[in-house]
Amino acid sequence: MAGLAVRNLSYRIRDRRILSDISFDAGAPALVGLVGPNGSGKTTLIRCIDGIIRPEGSILLDDTDLSLLPRMEVAKRVAYVPQGIRNNSSATVFDAVLMGRRPHLSWSIGKKDEEEVVRALELLGVEDLAFRQLRTLSGGERQRVMIARALAQESPLLLLDEPTSALDLRNAMEVMELIHRLTVDEGRLAIMAIHDLSLAARYCTGIIVLSGGTIAAQGPPADVLTPEVIAQVYGVDAVIEHRGEIPYIFPIRPVTKA
Amino acid sequence: MPDPDLRSVFAAARRKRTLFLGGTTLVIALLAGVAVTLGSADLSVAEVYLAVLAGLFPDHFTASDTAMTIVWDYRLHRVLMAIAAGFGLAIAGAVMQGILRNPLASPFTLGISSAAATGASIAIVLGVGVVGGDYLVVGNAFLFALLAAALIYGMARFRGMGAESMILAGIALMYLFSAVTSLLQYVGSSEQVQEVVFWMFGSLGRSDWPKVGIIAAILVVSTLYLVYRAWDLNALAEGDDIAESLGIPVRRSMTIFMLISSLVTASIICFTGTIGFIGLVAPHITRMVVGTDHRFLLPASGLVGALLLLGADSLARTVLAPTILPVGIMTAFLGVPFFIALFLRGRGE
Repeated sequence: MAGLAVRNLSYRIRDRRILSDISFDAGAPALVGLVGPNGSGKTTLIRCIDGIIRPEGSILLDDTDLSLLPRMEVAKRVAYVPQGIRNNSSATVFDAVLMGRRPHLSWSIGKKDEEEVVRALELLGVEDLAFRQLRTLSGGERQRVMIARALAQESPLLLLDEPTSALDLRNAMEVMELIHRLTVDEGRLAIMAIHDLSLAARYCTGIIVLSGGTIAAQGPPADVLTPEVIAQVYGVDAVIEHRGEIPYIFPIRPVTKA
Repeated sequence: MPDPDLRSVFAAARRKRTLFLGGTTLVIALLAGVAVTLGSADLSVAEVYLAVLAGLFPDHFTASDTAMTIVWDYRLHRVLMAIAAGFGLAIAGAVMQGILRNPLASPFTLGISSAAATGASIAIVLGVGVVGGDYLVVGNAFLFALLAAALIYGMARFRGMGAESMILAGIALMYLFSAVTSLLQYVGSSEQVQEVVFWMFGSLGRSDWPKVGIIAAILVVSTLYLVYRAWDLNALAEGDDIAESLGIPVRRSMTIFMLISSLVTASIICFTGTIGFIGLVAPHITRMVVGTDHRFLLPASGLVGALLLLGADSLARTVLAPTILPVGIMTAFLGVPFFIALFLRGRGE
């Protein structure tokens, strides 16, 4: 089972601190939600974990320091679904998902690669779209294809940046159900940036609240998503009702500054 | 287990790609066979082929001296030049469109072609060049083409420009270089102006065996390398973050791919003059048929480019025979309607 340990991670662009002193642990199976206002550092943290940008501090996956590995080795361990995927690609769904096999491929495609692609397509329920071009898909379909690509990568750690932000209610819930199933039920570890607090509360096993590049709170959703934290981090008055284990968040109004 | 249905569709797609590659190669071979027989000299088709064979296997075939001279000194290298130049321009265009993720990217829209024209004009009008002698014009065109590519890429690297800004900068450079060329034409003598204009039409008339050899050598090496790295091109075409996340060093790869495509372009247009359009259109046409996987897209684009340029040149030599039209004019006449038709059909589906 994959275990991620982030220690004292900081990242700055010239003099501007984007992230400071981020530390947390996460072990599979888990779906960790990264929440926080715009500009709080969610995407930057995800890009740091994937090694796209190089922070200070250390990121250990199963006790291996990711910053010491060659890029291709990182790619075998960490898959990333960025936000706002370009929507004018004329690649077919099959080719797009096949790209996830890149870290495992030599030049030609093997039987195993094809099988992994088909398996990922079927898991996401998009096998009927295999030969459609990406630009002809709806937002929900495209998001599923991007997750399928990450699954085809067969990496123990999955990073997702706002997978539901462009989706309608039903598509957003379906995608979240799916991510929940792939992680909690099937033993994977995923870190996901997400804006929608209710979706985060409902589907994530743990929450990390980022505010101004530092961790403001972390823990199980019911412990972390409190009216106090939401008022402090977002500046919003909110009412929280619990139905069983799950907190439901009702934002009321922006906090008026005294 | 994978769906047997999906499997058979994979197989069909693979067959289609192979068929396309094989089919285009065959058509090029046939068209090349016809193209060597075209021309004003009164040679029969049989004489032409006998001369080709006599040149290749002197022990087994003989042909008249006239036929040998016409075929080997005038026609054959021109036909091969059309194939090589078309192939190279198309591959360079495919790479640029891929890494910049923009269907408008081509040697033309990045300002590389018009920079080459400026280089050539400086040599023709002012007689100034880095390399002297016979290669004065060629050397200047080559260096200016590379200079434009370096400018665009330098701006992109230092200011962190995205693909769209690179193309905008390229179009701006195109205007700048065109202005310099116009200025040179304004101050040049009428003979010089005529020479500049002729250079800019784009023509295969200046081809000879050494030039074909140089281009072929550059093409073989760069095509093999690009096809070898086709997966990285595929990933880059999907976005920088995705490529980086899939294990590809994005900045270094972009530099190498830009360098190779600019080098290929420069080495062709310095000999032929500006032949626009092939680099823009051939990859588009090909993508509609074989898809976006660069393992197939690159060689197939090359073949389509070769076919387009060879076809255009063959027409340019016959429509107003014995007058030979510059091939640059013919590629646009031939290519634009074809491209628009394909494009409209694709939209309609």
